[in-house]
Order: sequence, then C-alpha cells, then structure tokens
Amino acid sequence: MDVLTLSRLQFAVTSMFHFIFVPLTLGLSMMVAYMETRYVASGNELYLKMAKFWGKLFLINFALGVVTGITLEFQFGMNWAEYSKYVGDIFGAPLAIEATVAFFLESVFIGVWIFGWNKVSKKMHAVSIWIVAFATNLSALWILLANGWMQHPVGYVLRNGRAEMVDFLAMVTNPYGLLKFGHQIVSGYTVAAFFVMGVSAWHLLRKNRPDFFITSFKMAATFGLVSTLLVAAIGDFHAVEVAKTQPAKFAAMESIWETKHGVGLNLFLLPDEKRECNAIERLCIPNMVSMLAFHTPNAEIKGLKDIPKSERPPVSPVFYSFRVMVGLGTLFILLSLVAVFLSRKGKLENYPLFLKLLVFAIPLPYIANQLGWIVAEVGRQPWIVYGVLKTSDAVSKAISTPQVIGSLVGFTLLYGVLGFVDIYLLAKFARKGPDDDLSAIIKPTRK
Amino acid sequence: MELQIIWFVLWSVLWAVYFMLDGFVLGSGMLHVFLGKNDGERRVFINTIGPVWDGNEVWLITAGGATFAAFPTTYALMFSYLYTALLLLLFALIVRGVSYEFRGKEDGALWKKTWDIAILVSSFLPALLFGVAFGNIFAGFPMDAAGYHGSLIYLLNPYGLLTGILFVLLFLVHGALYLEVKTVGDLSRRAGAAADKLWPALLVVAVAFLGYTKFATKLYDNYFSAPYLLVIPLLAVAALLGIRIFSAKGKPLAAFAASCVTILMVVFTGVIGLFPNLIPSNIDPAYSLTIFNSSSSPYTLKIMTVVAFIFVPIVIAYKIWVYRVFRGKVTVEEVLEDRGAY
Repeated sequence: MDVLTLSRLQFAVTSMFHFIFVPLTLGLSMMVAYMETRYVASGNELYLKMAKFWGKLFLINFALGVVTGITLEFQFGMNWAEYSKYVGDIFGAPLAIEATVAFFLESVFIGVWIFGWNKVSKKMHAVSIWIVAFATNLSALWILLANGWMQHPVGYVLRNGRAEMVDFLAMVTNPYGLLKFGHQIVSGYTVAAFFVMGVSAWHLLRKNRPDFFITSFKMAATFGLVSTLLVAAIGDFHAVEVAKTQPAKFAAMESIWETKHGVGLNLFLLPDEKRECNAIERLCIPNMVSMLAFHTPNAEIKGLKDIPKSERPPVSPVFYSFRVMVGLGTLFILLSLVAVFLSRKGKLENYPLFLKLLVFAIPLPYIANQLGWIVAEVGRQPWIVYGVLKTSDAVSKAISTPQVIGSLVGFTLLYGVLGFVDIYLLAKFARKGPDDDLSAIIKPTRK
Repeated sequence: MELQIIWFVLWSVLWAVYFMLDGFVLGSGMLHVFLGKNDGERRVFINTIGPVWDGNEVWLITAGGATFAAFPTTYALMFSYLYTALLLLLFALIVRGVSYEFRGKEDGALWKKTWDIAILVSSFLPALLFGVAFGNIFAGFPMDAAGYHGSLIYLLNPYGLLTGILFVLLFLVHGALYLEVKTVGDLSRRAGAAADKLWPALLVVAVAFLGYTKFATKLYDNYFSAPYLLVIPLLAVAALLGIRIFSAKGKPLAAFAASCVTILMVVFTGVIGLFPNLIPSNIDPAYSLTIFNSSSSPYTLKIMTVVAFIFVPIVIAYKIWVYRVFRGKVTVEEVLEDRGAY
C-alpha cells in the first residue's frame, strides 16, 4: 500500500476511534448537568447520586475522547501536509479558535467539577459542569464548521497558490457546517439517552435500585425522544443541503444513476456499481427522493452517470451506510416513544423484553453515528475539499510507507488496548450501580 | 507592528506558557513514583496536579492550532518532517492522560504499578522529545529545494540531545518544586530535597547548552546586532540561580516562581535568536521557513489577532481563578477521604 492509502486508513482508524467517545460526551455532559441542577434546586440527594454515578461513567468515557482528539489535529500536519499548506489559511482558523474558546473552558472546568466538590459552592459546582457541557458542544461547532468548509467551501479565493480566507463570516454561517453541527449534537444526545436507558434497563431487569434507575430512565427517555426527533428533522434539512451542494454524494446516498425529474424512493434497492445501474429496485414510493432532496415532488435529481467517473464517490459504502443510518434513526424514534410511554405510565418493569431490547440497543446509536460519518467523508471522495482539492493531492510528501505503516500499527495497537481498558472500566462501574455514601462530598466547605 | 510579528510573539508566548505549565506536570509525573513510598503518598502527588493538568495540556493544542492558523506552511512542513518524533509524543500524551484517569479505578497493586510506570514513561518522553525538537529547530533542519533530509536518528544529534536533557532537568526541578509547595511534612521535604539534588545537574547542563549553542546554532547573531536583548538570557540565568537561593532560604513558593521564570526565559532566549525564522535551514538559508514566507494572509492574521486578544485574557482570568480555588496543600488524609479524586 502507498502512503496515500495508508494515511487515509490511519485517519479513518483514528477519527472513528475518537468518535466512539465524543457523542456520549456531548449528550451525557448535558444530562449530568441537568441532574446536578435538579439536586441544587430541590436538595433531593437522589439527584446528587445520579449526577455522581452518571458523572463517573462520563469521566471514564471523557478521558479517551480528549486524548485521542489531539491525534486528529496533529495528523493534518503529519500526514496531510499538502492539504494543510493549501488550505491552512482558512482551515487552521476554526481549529485554533476551537482550542482557544472551547477546549480551554472544557478542560479547566472539568478539573473544577472532578476535584471541586468541597472547594467551590454547590451552585458553582453545578455551573462548572454546565460550562463543560456548553464548551463540549461549542467545540463541536468549530470542528463541524471546519468540516463543513471541506464539504462546501465558502468565503475563500484561490490566490498565491492556495485557498485564502476572504470572508470569515461566510465560513461561520456556512449552512452546511451549521446543519452538520445541529444533526451531530442531537445524534450525540441520542447516544447518551440510549446509554442511560440501556444501563438503567440492565439494573431494572435485576431489580437493583428501582427508584434510582426509573428516575434516570425517565429523564433519558424524554431526552431521547426529543433528540431522535430532532436528528430526523435536522437530518432532513441537511440532506437538502447535500443535494444542493454535493450532487455526487447525494446520488450515491440514494444510488441514482440516471438524471430524472420526480425520482421515487425504492425501499429495496441493490446498487450494481460495475454496470452503473441498480440490480434490484422494489417497493417504490413515487417522487419521494425528489421530495427529500428539494422538498418539491418534481425536482430533478442528477444521476451518477452525468458525473465524470473521476469525480464520483464509491457508491456502495455511501449507499448502505446511509440506508442503515436512516433505518436506525427511525428505530430510535420508535424505541424512545415506547420508552417515554411506558416510563410515564410507571409500567416499565412489566415489560422485561423491552428492557432487554434497550440493553442490546446501547451500541446502535454509536453505529449510526459512525455510519453518518462514513456517508459524510466517503461520500465527499475523491475530494478532500469538495471541488477544490483532491485527497490524492493532499498527502504529505516528506513521509514514507514504512513510517506510516509503523504509525498505523502503533495507533491500532495502542487504541485497541486503551479502548479495551476503557470499555472494561465503563462496564465495571455501570454494573456497580450508584454509591450511597455521599460523606466525602457533602460537608461544610473547607477553607 | 506587522501582523506576522504579533503572531511570532503570540506563538512564542503560547509555547513558553505551555512549557511552564505542563513542565511541572511532566516533572511530577517523572517523580511521583520515586518520591511516594506507598499508594497513599503517590496519590497525594498525583492529586496535586489532578485539577489542572488537562487545562495545562490545552496550551499545547492551542500552540499547535495557532501554528496551523498563523503559519500553515511551517505547521505542514514541521509536522510532516518530524513525523516519527511527533508520533512518539502523541502516544506518550495519550497514555499519560488516560493513566491519570485509569490509575484510581481499580485497587490491585499490579494495576496501580502499571499505570505508575506508564505515567513515568509518558512524562519523561514528551519532556525529552520537546527538548530534542526545539534543539533541532534552534539548530535548523537540513532542508533545501529537494525537501527534508533528516530522520529520527538525525534529530538525536548531540545538540538535540543536550537540549532534550536540558528540558528533562528543567521540568524535573520545576515539578519537584511544585510538589514541595503543594504538599506538607515529609512529602514536601522529600520533594524539596529532590529539587536540591537535581539543581546542580541542571546548572551544568544549562551552561553546556549556552556554550554549545554558540557552535551549533546561529541564535546569538540577533543578540550581537541588538545587545539589549541579552536581558532575556540574563534573566534566565538569574532566575536559575534564584531557584537555588530561594530554596536555600526555605522559600519553596519563591523558588517555584523562579523556576517558572527560568522556563519562560529559556524559551524566549531561543525564539529571539530564531527571529524571523520559525525553522531555519542549516544547509540552504534560502529555504528557511520564516514568519514572512510561511504565514497566513493578512486577513486571516487579523481575524485571529482579534480572537486571541479577546479570548486569551479570558482564559488567563479563569485559569487564575482555578489555581486560586485549588491553592491549598494536598494531604494524605484529604486524599484518603475524597473519593472523587484520582
């Protein structure tokens, strides 16, 4: 394999691994902040125990998310030096801003939250986890504005042999980036909601601490329902933006080969990339794809055949990832609906099968998140910056195949071990359940 | 003032502050296993840096991000040229971060020992690698029209290694003083004794570094053309001596402050010598990366200047607040009862 393929593989491995931990961080920080606020407002210690228990799981997850993020920043320079040289003038800015305005906040106040139980007031302690939650989401905004720029470059001119920023405001109001941000954060909330529901369900099946886990479950179910509905709603607008700005990606997502008006959606479809057509098309909903793409039933959809082969993404991974992601998203809405209904009625424990289902559903939103990124990133190929720079022109010139093989193997092994330990610890503390001894954190403030 | 110069100053400040802040975390990481005789004592040392290490590391992310945004060509070439060294650095920083988090999550002796050793190695390696990297930046990279002619082995040249050892010793003394300030009783005395023992070695290496720099780099050229700049290296030397003087007087906090100044001034001494280069070429000066030939456009620099001038003071303000919140000393009793701590 050459440096290009290896570097792409390495970026995929390191970013997908990083993204095992990020979505939960986005959502669980919010939930823990809400729990602690309930405690501060009501004085009810149940909420404090909830914040402690879910907060501990949050921290175990958080540790790996933070440290693996550095790898991504460094890799732009290490493996993608030509990219960094060519677009650094505009792409570097959101990364630097993210570190300055968001990452500092997050990492400083997480320290206050972990170590500050007896050092700051109850209110300030709750505020610090809100700051962490806010900063984590703000981080996502800047990163997704950067990625949104790669998807739909705006606010730049090609000058002095590179892309130079001429309109900062255009970059930070890029609809592509903002929609991606919206779609992503609620997807993260979905991961967190299903995580909390799943872990609670596991305990409820064993009749452990029903008071604690029913309250947690209820909160997560509501959070989950709102989030999954928003995932779909924002996702819909996001798809319109993709159809408008990245016709090749959209055609691959739906596996559409011929340019036509009023394109229907085939519920069963198998693409045949070699023959440039679909091997099977069944159960067609008329005009549905046109509706999804432009919100008008007779809109024209550009087919892949009208896009030069050298500018088409690989169809199968994009198509299947998109299909499965949408299917999972629909399932999440249904599951959240049932979860909200049963938990509100107080009948959760009468349906052990449903609880079991939710335990097994914990990994599904993680998978949906990863699939979404496959659609976004593989669907953008062969471009690294859509229409501006090809991925093949972006790789570093100064690195060699053995170097990248070494680093890829290194990352895989290191991440494998750390991921294993992290998931082991998450499972251990999730099973252990809440700690009732609050003596270490409730006492007069020491000075 | 030209925007590139503003960004050169900011870039230097970000690196200098990063080394000052993560320096004591790296130093304490290299020392805690030796200074702590049992798990409780080691936890005390770890908990002294617990609330702040993560925020300190962000200065590195910001320094990296600032290099990317303000000097993208330097960012691209430096990071790809230093590929293997940076890879080792990344591995170390990743391991260090999770080790602090994982260490307290199980009770077994083997578990704790594993993460203690992981902390030791993953604190030593970045200290050494940063020194090696900066030594080589000071001396220049072998780069010309054909690109870069170095390798990991090349980086480990005598001057690079000497700078590496200088950084390790600076951080060891810095970390020991921090631990002395943040603990009480026997623990504090042990940390102070370690600082006293390490200081002469630091002095010797620092003198060797200053001498060798004359032959291995062109850093002194700027000082010959503007002698008033010598105040910075003189401050570095004075602060280095100050560490010893304050320690001897039994004023560890002042000694630690002197150590902070030493690190800041050492970094400034180097980058003043570099100016206007970010990475000189040591085989063909025409291919040196300077703040002028590798910078972003004036527009981008302007935007980033506004962002930096608004947000960096805010960051500094809440960081100072956090250091004040955690200003007390960490004791064994406190660590044993506080279940949320590391």
